[in-house]
Amino acid sequence: MNLQMATRHALFAILELAAQPDRQVAAAEIAEKYGISLNHLSKVLRTLGRLGLVEAVRGVGGGYRFVGNARRVTLLDIIGAFETVGTPAASHREPGDDTAEGRALRSVMEEIDILTRATLSSITVETMLKMIRRSQWNAPPAA
Amino acid sequence: MSDVPVPLTPTIRPATPADLDAIIALDQEMTGMSKPDYWRGVFDRFGNGSEGCILVASDGDRFVGFIVGEVRAWEFGSPPCGWVFALGVPQDVRLRGVGSLLFDGLCERFRQAGVKTIRTMLARDALLIMSFFRSQGMVGGPFIQLEKELAG
Ligand SMILES: CC(C)(COP(=O)(O)OP(=O)(O)OC[C@H]1O[C@@H](n2cnc3c(N)ncnc32)[C@H](O)[C@@H]1OP(=O)(O)O)[C@@H](O)C(=O)NCCC(=O)NCCS
Repeated sequence: MNLQMATRHALFAILELAAQPDRQVAAAEIAEKYGISLNHLSKVLRTLGRLGLVEAVRGVGGGYRFVGNARRVTLLDIIGAFETVGTPAASHREPGDDTAEGRALRSVMEEIDILTRATLSSITVETMLKMIRRSQWNAPPAA
Repeated sequence: MSDVPVPLTPTIRPATPADLDAIIALDQEMTGMSKPDYWRGVFDRFGNGSEGCILVASDGDRFVGFIVGEVRAWEFGSPPCGWVFALGVPQDVRLRGVGSLLFDGLCERFRQAGVKTIRTMLARDALLIMSFFRSQGMVGGPFIQLEKELAG
């Protein structure tokens, strides 16, 4: 599964902000760390704001902060706000879907989708932060 | 913002016959099915600690959860590993760290038994318990479960 650019930006932004709940982080700081366009990131942050996951703090030292519940917001919640996860709903028909071959193919794709959704919806932001901390401890310090 | 409930620090200890009724009742509450015979069987096999282990959490006199696990070797071609079969914490004390303490207690038992991996199997729509196991650092393993409906 490949994530679209806006989705990756959103995930990086949420993880960055949720890791530092007591700080307001400037969008430019996030953009620089992940080597992404500030312009694109700003758009994504506005969407995350509308979803009630981040809040913009204006003024000197302003920036963004995570205002969701890190123990409840899952990867699927974030990814699903930016792209469709897996094959489109059964109501969306594609040519060939009604053939035996189309149905067999669909059932294989659905098996994969169910696993993808189960995986993404069982990983919370807090669990991701723990994974990141573990990999930081295990990784050798950058040269 | 998230309101973090006050953690509980129960004692984690091996189950005794006196804990069985509380385990049976909690399992019934969680699964909607009463299985006293099943649980007595589990206790007979695991309760004495030879094949597996049942740990319970108690906060003073109150029972606040259980976990059941066993070391199994060479099933599905796998070297010895610890399996978690069942876990439960009463609704009113959830999210206060009891599940994590039970899980840590079982991991410690498995470590003492020389086992390096802990494994479990879950319904893929059991998101609560899946989120819990993932929060403990568990990830998808090298096995995948397959099945087939047998024509009657
Ligand atoms: C799963 C269960 C054991 C967790 O027990 P608990 O005492 O609430 O767990 P903890 O307080 O130690 O929580 C540990 C982690 O699990 C996460 N977690 C617990 N409940 C969660 C939920 N509803 N959604 C998302 N994550 C959850 C917590 O956020 C915490 O993660 P964190 O450390 O990253 O913050 C408990 O909810 C339970 O008994 N559920 C029913 C289990 C069941 O159906 N069993 C029958 C089949 S065996």
